[in-house]
Amino acid sequence: MNLVSASWLPPLFAAGLLGEPVSVTHYLVVGAILFTAGIVCMAIKRNALGVLMGIELVLNGANVNFVAFASPYLRGEGAVSLGLDGQVIALFVILLAAAEAAVALAITLNFYNNHSTVDIDRADDLKG
Amino acid sequence: MADFLIESIGLPEWLAWTVMAGVAAFLILNVIAGGALVFIWAERKIAARIQDRLGPTRTGGRFGWLQSLADGIKLLAKEDLMPEGADGMLFRIAPYVSFCASFCAFIALPFAFDFVGQRLNVGVFFVVAVLGLEVFGVILAGYASASKWSLFGAMREAAQVVSYEVPLGMCVVVPVMLAGTMDLVTIAEKQAGWFTSWYLFHDPFTFVIFWVYVTCAVASVNRAPFDLAEAESELVAGFHTEYSGLRWSFFFMAEYGSMFLVSALAALLFLGGWNGPIPVAQLLGLSEGTGDTAHYLVRLIGCGNLLLKATLGVLIMMWVRWTLPRLRIDQVMATCLKYCTPIAAAMFAGAMLWQLFLPGGLIPGLGRPAGEIREGWLEGPGGMTAAPAAAPNEKPNETPSKKVAQVVR
Amino acid sequence: MTGATLLAAINFHTLLFLLFAGLACGFAVAVVLADNVVRMALYLVLSLASTAGLFFLAGAEFIGAMQLMIYVGGTLVLLVFGVMLTAQAPFVSIKTSTGDRVLAGVVAASLLALLLQAAFSVDVWRRPGVGEVAPPAATPLGMALVGARVDEPAAGAPATAVRSGYLLPFEIVSIHLLVVLVGAAYLARAKRRRTPRAIEVAASVESPSESVQSTGSRAAATGTASALVSGGSR
Repeated sequence: MNLVSASWLPPLFAAGLLGEPVSVTHYLVVGAILFTAGIVCMAIKRNALGVLMGIELVLNGANVNFVAFASPYLRGEGAVSLGLDGQVIALFVILLAAAEAAVALAITLNFYNNHSTVDIDRADDLKG
Repeated sequence: MADFLIESIGLPEWLAWTVMAGVAAFLILNVIAGGALVFIWAERKIAARIQDRLGPTRTGGRFGWLQSLADGIKLLAKEDLMPEGADGMLFRIAPYVSFCASFCAFIALPFAFDFVGQRLNVGVFFVVAVLGLEVFGVILAGYASASKWSLFGAMREAAQVVSYEVPLGMCVVVPVMLAGTMDLVTIAEKQAGWFTSWYLFHDPFTFVIFWVYVTCAVASVNRAPFDLAEAESELVAGFHTEYSGLRWSFFFMAEYGSMFLVSALAALLFLGGWNGPIPVAQLLGLSEGTGDTAHYLVRLIGCGNLLLKATLGVLIMMWVRWTLPRLRIDQVMATCLKYCTPIAAAMFAGAMLWQLFLPGGLIPGLGRPAGEIREGWLEGPGGMTAAPAAAPNEKPNETPSKKVAQVVR
Repeated sequence: MTGATLLAAINFHTLLFLLFAGLACGFAVAVVLADNVVRMALYLVLSLASTAGLFFLAGAEFIGAMQLMIYVGGTLVLLVFGVMLTAQAPFVSIKTSTGDRVLAGVVAASLLALLLQAAFSVDVWRRPGVGEVAPPAATPLGMALVGARVDEPAAGAPATAVRSGYLLPFEIVSIHLLVVLVGAAYLARAKRRRTPRAIEVAASVESPSESVQSTGSRAAATGTASALVSGGSR
């Protein structure tokens, strides 16, 4: 039962990981990796659109967690599931991400029109 | 079928499921690939007849049956060119993105009652969503080709497809509202009976919205008169200007695949799905439970029905293509935003009011309110009604989320 | 263990999960590592589509389809549009300095360690799913959005838990989307109105002999730009 924590690193073919049903932790690991990738993407990309992509990844990582906690399939013995609430939150995250992307894209395009570049390191007009 | 494999042949369970999945994937792949061959041949013949020509006549006998196969072999043998300034990886991957999107949508498309790759609870939504992904292949192709014709074509395609998703979604919502579910199998089952119970003839609003759907569907798969993405009179060949050989043919398979898909979707949503205009099977007493063979036969006939309707839809698209002139890009946008969207919205409201005030139809008895087919959640122990329903038993299938049900037990 | 028994021991759900999880994580890392912005967009599309696969595997079919339709089919098309509008040769690949990369690597490693520690810290989460199988349905979700809860209480939740509908959030989101729509339309209109004045100014500033030529080219340039912008806003 405890194979996930005991043998995460050994090869996946050791039917331990492959033979057991998926638990919430599996999804949390995926969410963590997506989240971290998004944070790094936001931090190191100098292209404004790259930063936007990082934001999308972060939101997506959070969504994975919500869906995992809401899923009736993944609920472990004795755990509490978020039920429908988790799915609804994930839904709202997706909708608001769409709106956020539209606004961010408009800002980026205006920035591009005014500065002829999308390099956010050049957006230093307010520097004293 | 998996049960059959396990019980009578004695295959282990995992192998039975794998075989099932393999058979389903093989069938779907062949519907696309084989269908593309047939449709390309049909398109050439129809185009020729409309333009008062003969079309292919030599390859493979009198009617040029084998023309598209010969073309396919030619395309395989062609040199695969890539422009110098192109982004190699993106250029290579673009056709497959398009094809995969078109192929994936077939997963949720039912061909008859049980003939479905994966019965999804949100079938309609899934099919429309995946169909919208095809645009990525086109955009990538346009960008990666490093040619301004390709880029213009891709830009037009992106604007057009994203715009037309709005009225298309509104049209699709109407049958969903009438059926009360997004499950394609249930939607089609609800239109069983005489052709008067098809959603096309449900009320005047659905009749109008069907034609809006046809317009939007033609536009969303980029067929003439909406084929701005490859307008050959202005853009050489649009997004696939720089493609040749097998990669080019992948774009074509994707195009014919999605043509078939939107036609099948129209058949399922408005034209009764696998239910023929006259319920022959019911009249002959071949309903559910009269033995396995008869049962299977009914499904097979239903499958033929759906294929026939979808093929008819594709042929109509070809007819339209060779009859109407191409629109300008601003006309395409005006058609979408000024005509299709408002009409679809008004018809949606109308259908809603009709459903509210005249649920039985104008002439009672003609359109039968199919009340006995319900979604699964209603029948559960905590469901709202405990109506004993003739709901289709969820047959465990080979693909992902059913696996959940099967495996975790 | 022979091959057949090994295969029989495989849980296919887990196998598919590993496949989609690997694709999602792999492409997410590829987004970070890639320098070319168009490739980043492609990797992001693939990563988000694989995540939709994960949602399907978790039984959230509606969320998965929503992710495909709105996120991948809508938002990312918009994003790719933005990429193409700004992808002039010098901006396609903007390199990140090595120092930044190293620093980011350190921060990422520590953040990931923290999150993984959190993910493995709760014992209940690590237990494999009990697989309470109710056929997934979108209807309870739709009913919840209009304010009526018809689903059963969440498994394991206390009996006194408050289960509210989502009518108010739903309306707020609708208004929010409407505002964004109006804003986008406004941005597109403003660009078009400014065009003739820009040409006028350009014509009055420059000398007459040049102005004919430059007006022509400028008109062409601004015309293209406004056409692209108005196309993009749709």
